[in-house]
Amino acid sequence: MNIWITIAIAGLLTFCIRYSFIFLLGRAKMPAWLERALYFVPITALSAIILPEVAQHGGTLQLSPRNPQIGAALLAGLVALRTKNVVWSIAVGMAALLVLEALL
Amino acid sequence: MQPPSAPAAEANPPTPPPSRQREFWSGAKDELPILLGVAPFGVIFGALAMGAGLSMAAAQAMSSVIFAGSAQFIAVQLIHGGASAVVILTVVFVVNLRHALYSASLAPYLQHLTPAWKTLLSYLLTDEAYAVTVMRFQRGRESPQRHWYFLGAGLTLWLCWQISTAVGILIGDLLPKNLPLSFALPLTFIALVAPALKGRAEIVAAAVAALAGLLTISFPYKTGILLAALAGILAGMAVEAQRK
Repeated sequence: MNIWITIAIAGLLTFCIRYSFIFLLGRAKMPAWLERALYFVPITALSAIILPEVAQHGGTLQLSPRNPQIGAALLAGLVALRTKNVVWSIAVGMAALLVLEALL
Repeated sequence: MQPPSAPAAEANPPTPPPSRQREFWSGAKDELPILLGVAPFGVIFGALAMGAGLSMAAAQAMSSVIFAGSAQFIAVQLIHGGASAVVILTVVFVVNLRHALYSASLAPYLQHLTPAWKTLLSYLLTDEAYAVTVMRFQRGRESPQRHWYFLGAGLTLWLCWQISTAVGILIGDLLPKNLPLSFALPLTFIALVAPALKGRAEIVAAAVAALAGLLTISFPYKTGILLAALAGILAGMAVEAQRK
């Protein structure tokens, strides 16, 4: 198949996935249990992305204090809890990563 | 919650909800820190697509038509490896399946919108735009114009992805590989999730999802994220049910 047709269909598939529930759930009242389930989506989906990213360092799984990303991530989490400020959390996390990478 | 049309409201009028412009620019502003993590990926993608033998136009089209980072990376690798279109499309579908979860999560907030708005916002529904938008929708104040916040965040990310892809296409091979900036992405997600862990149910849900994500790390095409999120959701709901 032509590359352009492949890209077009891939784009359409991606769009349909993203549109799916926005389209469907507009039509009916949502049951309470589903509302509760959806409440947990951002916390869980992002957590499921975060830990594997942090635990993998230099292409390998490294679950030890010698992985500088773990310390940096914990520190960024603490800053986020205290300040609720995204920019500060990233700045402290990145600075911690650079320092820990130099030390460890 | 304030009682509607309380007489005291006249003496002390509530502040009006934010305007469209305010919502739009506040979404754009909140998306900015994430760009630090996204831009390097866009540049790397552009360079990788060139290396895989795509034309400049096709590489840029992947970023604007598909507009899904992880899926684009894997698709380019498959194209380079000579995979058939059916394989590429199946993989793109599976990699992006987690977006169905985001779609369901945002749907209640977008119900009142016209089909044109829903279409536009669905096109802009990436991990990064979702993360910022859903936190605003769940925790911020009610506002009839808050879909403009989504639009501001989504368009900012879109613009960044298009420009960084173009930069990668043009000068990608001149840039150093393995920028530590890629760590800015998980950091942003941490900054968004940590304040949302308000109670036991939230903490258990996040912990289960994170551990399940780690256990399913070797699952192909990001399917682990989907399964881990579902496990976390069930755990969070179980804690809530127990308390009742």
